[in-house]
Formats: sequence, structure tokens, C-alpha cells
Amino acid sequence: MNPIIQINNLNKSFGQVHALKSISLEVNESELFGIIGPDGAGKTTLFRTLATLYTPDSGNVSVLGYDVVRDYKKIRPLLGYMPGRFSLYQDLTVEENIRFFASVFGTTLEENYKLVEPVYRQIEPFKNRLAGDLSGGMKQKLALSCALIHKPRLLILDEPTTGVDAVSRVEFWDMLAILVKDVTIIVATPYMDEARRCNRVAFIQEGEILQVDTPEAIVKSFKKPLFGVSHKNRFKLIRALKNYPYSESVHTFGDSIHYTDQRDLPDLDGLKTYLHDMGLENVEIGTLIPGIEDSFMALVLKEANHA
Amino acid sequence: MPDKAIIAENLTRKFGDFTAVDQVSFDVEKGEIFGFLGANGAGKTTAIRILTGLLAPTSGKAFVAGLNVYTEMEKIKKSIGYMSQKFSLYDDLTVRENIRFYGGIYGLPRSILKQKTDEIIEIVGLGDAVNKRVASLPLGWKQKLAFSVSILHNPDIVFLDEPTSGVDPITRRQFWEMIYEASENGITIFVTTHYLDEAEYCDRVSIMVDGRIDALDTPAGLKKTFNADSIEEVFIRLARKEVWDERYQS
Repeated sequence: MNPIIQINNLNKSFGQVHALKSISLEVNESELFGIIGPDGAGKTTLFRTLATLYTPDSGNVSVLGYDVVRDYKKIRPLLGYMPGRFSLYQDLTVEENIRFFASVFGTTLEENYKLVEPVYRQIEPFKNRLAGDLSGGMKQKLALSCALIHKPRLLILDEPTTGVDAVSRVEFWDMLAILVKDVTIIVATPYMDEARRCNRVAFIQEGEILQVDTPEAIVKSFKKPLFGVSHKNRFKLIRALKNYPYSESVHTFGDSIHYTDQRDLPDLDGLKTYLHDMGLENVEIGTLIPGIEDSFMALVLKEANHA
Repeated sequence: MPDKAIIAENLTRKFGDFTAVDQVSFDVEKGEIFGFLGANGAGKTTAIRILTGLLAPTSGKAFVAGLNVYTEMEKIKKSIGYMSQKFSLYDDLTVRENIRFYGGIYGLPRSILKQKTDEIIEIVGLGDAVNKRVASLPLGWKQKLAFSVSILHNPDIVFLDEPTSGVDPITRRQFWEMIYEASENGITIFVTTHYLDEAEYCDRVSIMVDGRIDALDTPAGLKKTFNADSIEEVFIRLARKEVWDERYQS
């Protein structure tokens, strides 16, 4: 497989802020690759560097075999870049926007219709509506169509699903699963659950990459037994668990508290007795299969303990 | 009436031909954590603007902290706290200046303000950052600070509009622990979120579709009614039909 993106020891600072700290990463052809991390982790800085909009302070970055500093003019026509902020022309219609982006890259809507069809077909019924009047989910679809219209070899999507409701998020990922047959995709998101939809993901936090792997392997690397503890007074339960001398991690999670113990063989009866003594009766404790978010938090806490 | 934090009866708001909020009825108990969910464009923001005294309804009734949304808007504003993902604090003021500014707006006496400031710095774990400009803080800290500031004047109800969007998973949970604590202290929490695991942290959840509340129950009750494993599944099933309409009716 050919690496479409090769990053070697990339550093980037803005004044005192060290936004990217010695990042190394490879993305292969035809991958749907996720950069997962919270606000301020460095995702946008990384993507602007890949899009040849920022130059690295040090390190090497190549995209599609070209150097992002020296060969930026060769890279740009080959990229489809969707920035985090909606950046289409709000006072043009849906159709005018896509025709404009096509003409800038010297092509037409007709020529590449097949490629954008899975996305564009969904907004085509509204082709005469102003882009500014579209709902959030439809704006995302139009932006994606415009990023695709010149048949790029790499799609760079910076938080396409932030602030988008759960239904539109699921639909957006369904579309990416179709598109990745024709184009390599690198996508940033703060939603941990979206990692499942990627071939591989990189966890990023405070400018550092914590782990790169397939979602399955990341979940498998969570070795500790994980328990789900529930009681109707969640607040009291969290406090009690955090004060338990053997507790390692305590995180609220859906309808239960996810708990790991410092000991290799946790004493659940002892824990129940302790909770009972704290006034929490009929606590339920079950074994859980860890998810992506459990793994991410465990990694972050491990880093914090090392620092 | 005073035993409920919020009462809405057939609450409606139209913009021209468009009905953003369509005969919505619900109650929120005092001290409850109430999750207010809905797809983009379902009418959540309009409803929140009415309940916070910023927008008059077209018809129907609503009382917030026992106050009428038609006639007592200014009193409502004093009885509630509000924070959103987009704007809550002044980026170019320091942490301390922000707290002092909001304390001043809500008319807190100097001595109480001083004590509250120390409390917030302790709770949020700000320490040395108290004299830093808010712009330089990580988002998670900012949001925890914004929440503390929104309940500075000990309001009856606090409205939280997507308070945790983009916040890292660990800080997001610390934020919810602050919400639980405020609720323990008797403050009613009215919260919107796109993280549907957070819906499970609420006492009750409503789901808004096309300007109406299509479902309202405890998280466990909703999952049972819809025979679903998670609130996300319930949400997608309810909101799907709206997406369907939008896509196929031109």
C-alpha cells in the first residue's frame, strides 16, 4: 500500500503554544482515517498543515508524494478540503455553489456527477435554495459535494459532524463509507463513538498522538477488567466510588458508572459491602466490554500520571 | 404552581408561516435534571429563548420559576442562569474579572462575591490561572468556569445549551459532576446536548421533533417504550422521520 500522507516529527508552535509536538503518522491509500481528540488537541493545526495552509516549524510532511512546503502548488488541486467552519457562499444557491467550485478546478458538475452523486443527490431537490437557508445537516452535504467535485485524491474533513445532531451524523458517516471506495479520507472528530466507523484512528491530545491503530485493536489494548456500577443516586455513587481506597478510575457512562480497580483481582463483594456502608443499597455491578471512549480516557490518564 | 420549576401548556411560537414551537406542553420539577433533546432545527433554541424571557410566545402558557413568560420577563432573567457553548464568558477579561463582572450584573454584595470567587477557583481547580485571560484557558476549563458563573447568583433554574460540545471526555464527566452537585443543592437543570450518552444522566428527557415534543420520560422509561438499548436509538428512530420528510418532500 502506498502512503498518501507521511508525517515525520512534525512540530508547530504559535508563540508559547506548542500546538503539534513531534508528530509522526502515515495514512495509506483508500483508508478512512480518523483523528480523534477534543477541542484544542491540535486537529485543525494538523489539517491546515496537510492542506498546505501552514508550514511546519520542523519535520517533514508529504502529501500524495509531494512536500507540503516545496510542492504546495502540486498538492492543492489534488485535495478536497472541508474546513471546520461552514465556508461556502451563503448568498449563492446550492447549484451555483457546486458549479462555482467545479469551474475553479476546471471541471463541470456533469463530468464528475457520478463521484458526487451519493452525496449531491440528497440535496439536489433543493438546488435552487440559497446555501445560507439550508439546515445544518444539508449544509454539511453541500460542503462535502463541493470538496469532492474536482475528483480529489485525498479528502481532508475537519470536524464535519461537530454540532450536528445524531441522525445527521450517522448519515454523514454512511456517505463516507461509500466515498472511501474512490478517495482516501482523513477526518477529524471530537466524538469518540465515530472512531468505530474508521479503518484506523489516531488519538490526539494536547498536540501529541497517544495511539494509532484500528478501532478493534485499540479496544483490545484495554486490559483491566471493567465494571458497570449503577444506583439511582448517581451523584452519591460517584463520590463513594472515588473515595474507595482501591478505585483506579470512575467515569459516568450512559446509565452506569464505569469502574476499574487497582487490584488485579477486584473484590466485588468487598466493594458492595463498602457501598452498602456508605448508604448505597441494592447497587448493581456487572462486567463490561470496554469501548473506544474507555480506552481513550485510560490512555489520557496514563499520560497524565507519567507527566 | 411554585412546586414546579417550569410549566408549559400548548406553548407555540410562529415566525410568519413557520411554526417553530408547536403546542408544546411539559412540566419540570424543582431540582430535576431535565434533558431537552432534538435534531438541528427542531425548535429547541426557540423554546429556550421563550423560557429565558428573550422571546414572547405566539400563544399558549408558560411559567418559569412561577413567573409568566408574557409579563414577567425581567424577573425571569434574574431567577435563572444561562450558559451556552458559543458565548458565556468574555475572552479578553481574566477569570477573576469575569466572575466580578457577572457578580456585579446579578447584584451580589462584595463580601459574598469574594467568597464565591474563592469557591469557584477551588472547584474548577483554576489556582494560578485566576489572573489569566479566559481566551488562554482550555475549552474544558472555560466551560466549567462558565457553569460556575451561571449559578453564581444561586438561580432557581439554569439553562445549559450544549455546554459540553467539543469538550474532552474526562472534563465532560467532571462537568456533569458539577451539574449533579448543583442539582443536589436544589437548582433545576435544563440542558441540551448532542452527546446522547449524556441524556442518560438526566432524570427525565424530552425529544423534540418538528416543533413538537414527541417523547418525554425517564431515560429508562424511554428505552422501554421504544424497546431500545440506548437513548441514541430512541432519538434516531424519532428523528428519522423528520429527515425522511426533508429529503423526499420538495
